[in-house]
Amino acid sequence: MSNIVLLALTGLGLGALYFLIASGLSLIFGLADVLNFAHGLFLAVGAYGTWWSSTHLGLGFVPAVVFGVLAGTATAVLVEMLLIRPLYRRTIEQVLVTVGLSLAGVALLQAAFGADPLTFPRPEWATGTTRILGAIVPNDRFLLIGAAVVVLAAIQVFLRRTRFGLIVRAGVEDRTMVTALGINVRTAFTLVFAIGGAAAALAGALAGVYFGNVSPGQGTSLLIFAFIVVVIGGMGSVTGSAVAAVLVGLVQQFTSFYAAAGVGEASVVLLLAVVLLARPGGLAGRAA
Amino acid sequence: MTTTADVPETVTVDDIRPRPASPRSRWLRRGVPLAAVAVLAVLPFSTVDLPALLPGPVNSPGSLQLLAICLVFAGLAATYDLLFGRTGLLSFGHALYVALGSYTVNIAVTKLDLALPAALLLAVLVGLIVPALLGAVALRVNGIAFAMVTLATAQVGSIVVMSDPGRLTGGEEGLPLAPGAIPGFLSGVANTANLYWLALGYLVVVLAVIAWVVESEPGRVWQAIRENERRVSVLGLPSYRFRLLAFVIASFLATLGGVVHLFLVGGSSPQITTSNFTLAFLVMVVLGGTGSRWGAMLGGVLYTYLDHRLAALGTSDAVAGLPEVLRAPLSEPLFVLGVLFIVMVYFLPGGLASLTTRLRGSSK
Repeated sequence: MSNIVLLALTGLGLGALYFLIASGLSLIFGLADVLNFAHGLFLAVGAYGTWWSSTHLGLGFVPAVVFGVLAGTATAVLVEMLLIRPLYRRTIEQVLVTVGLSLAGVALLQAAFGADPLTFPRPEWATGTTRILGAIVPNDRFLLIGAAVVVLAAIQVFLRRTRFGLIVRAGVEDRTMVTALGINVRTAFTLVFAIGGAAAALAGALAGVYFGNVSPGQGTSLLIFAFIVVVIGGMGSVTGSAVAAVLVGLVQQFTSFYAAAGVGEASVVLLLAVVLLARPGGLAGRAA
Repeated sequence: MTTTADVPETVTVDDIRPRPASPRSRWLRRGVPLAAVAVLAVLPFSTVDLPALLPGPVNSPGSLQLLAICLVFAGLAATYDLLFGRTGLLSFGHALYVALGSYTVNIAVTKLDLALPAALLLAVLVGLIVPALLGAVALRVNGIAFAMVTLATAQVGSIVVMSDPGRLTGGEEGLPLAPGAIPGFLSGVANTANLYWLALGYLVVVLAVIAWVVESEPGRVWQAIRENERRVSVLGLPSYRFRLLAFVIASFLATLGGVVHLFLVGGSSPQITTSNFTLAFLVMVVLGGTGSRWGAMLGGVLYTYLDHRLAALGTSDAVAGLPEVLRAPLSEPLFVLGVLFIVMVYFLPGGLASLTTRLRGSSK
């Protein structure tokens, strides 16, 4: 029983991490058709920003995370305005530019901070454990789950209750029509990049807490699973991403524990294949 | 996705039907490649020293090794172009098949003590069956979803290799090829020239096969699929089968490339299983020019050369004199390549191969 509780909470924690990355990816893809490979870079900027401000500026954990998130958001907005926007409507070129960015950006981080993992400054309370139903659960799992729930709620409020959210939702549905109605969708593009960048940077900081260290390539490996989550959940759907993230996190944890290492990842891909064959549009997608 | 951007230009039958080539262009098409191959074939006899470009004289093992790796990657990039440039299939899992060739032969001779011919036969079988199975599933979906499925399967391959199942793959350390497992003329520093010719042979075979298949009927259907797949389906052609054919041919050739790569570097490293390895092919193909005759090959050579030589450049005197802010990024080959790649996407979308057309166009 204690194993199941621990695995479930760890799976949910991992799912929370995936969701933070996937939500932005999904919105960016849904609205702007950009398959954003640079998302791993935003994540890494968040992680290194948090690490740097904590060790060099001596900030506490929460201000350091805020600093990291701001750095990630700024990176995302700059990338959108300087590099993505001129290639509007040329989808393949946009993907290529983000691929180039992810290669160059990771190399730049490596040049600045070295290729070796750096020890991440974890707050005291995140290193402790809590007993739940006989299971000893590390506290960082609750931090991850809590952060993901807050972000999910915030994105939902933004999408359902604000004017910009309305434009984003309409743009995901039918961008041509929104443009034809005289609404400037491009501001919304920058906005979804900012939201996605912020969520990814937060994921980077929290991944630092979860793994205990930060390395330049960390974003890339998390990004692959976030992509899988986006495809399973249905592109453009934040709720779909949330459900898929929980599913993927749980499947990965449980199969890794009860079968062998590596089987977890394989079963996630199996899940992806099954979902795609049954519902090519993903869980939340309209049946194609 | 976008509705207006997808409307194709009108394609008439004459665009698809091959036009008879003029004698001059036929000479160019046949003669120049033959001359290039001849020059490349005699390079191991040259003692010319190009101090800035190569680590030693052309026929020194170091230089030949570098050139041979460039040739193998040129071939691999051409196989990727068959998917991306010719058929329009954006795959993020091409590395899987290179790794498949390398690890299959390596495990067979190093761990299972098979004879080399048996191991090669095994690699051929695996290189046909695995892409056929995985492609059959992945190609059920299109576009970005296809890219994601290939990315995911390749990632599983990478994780399996890393986790070292049954102590077969050597995990993160990689698996060195057992000494004596391959014939003497292909092993040892003194025989680098033979490996170079093997790499050249691989490149020639890949380019010949690709030139032949893209001119064949399936090749023209691939081109049509790239331009407008729905129209192909409406014409009553089974686009799924043609895409699967392209996928299997490209993956099979990549598997062979993996075997050549194994001989060349003397082992299999988990690095060739990663998604970054596939992204490198994408970068090569776009640098060179997609769907063109020589583009992918040029891009492959350029990328591999820069990737290897930029590391040397990073420690050279010219860079060492620069301030730290500039020196650190320049010593990272991937930073330079990534930036170069972005610049190319913006300013030379057709890649290097489009330079000739552009220059010809401007001189008229």
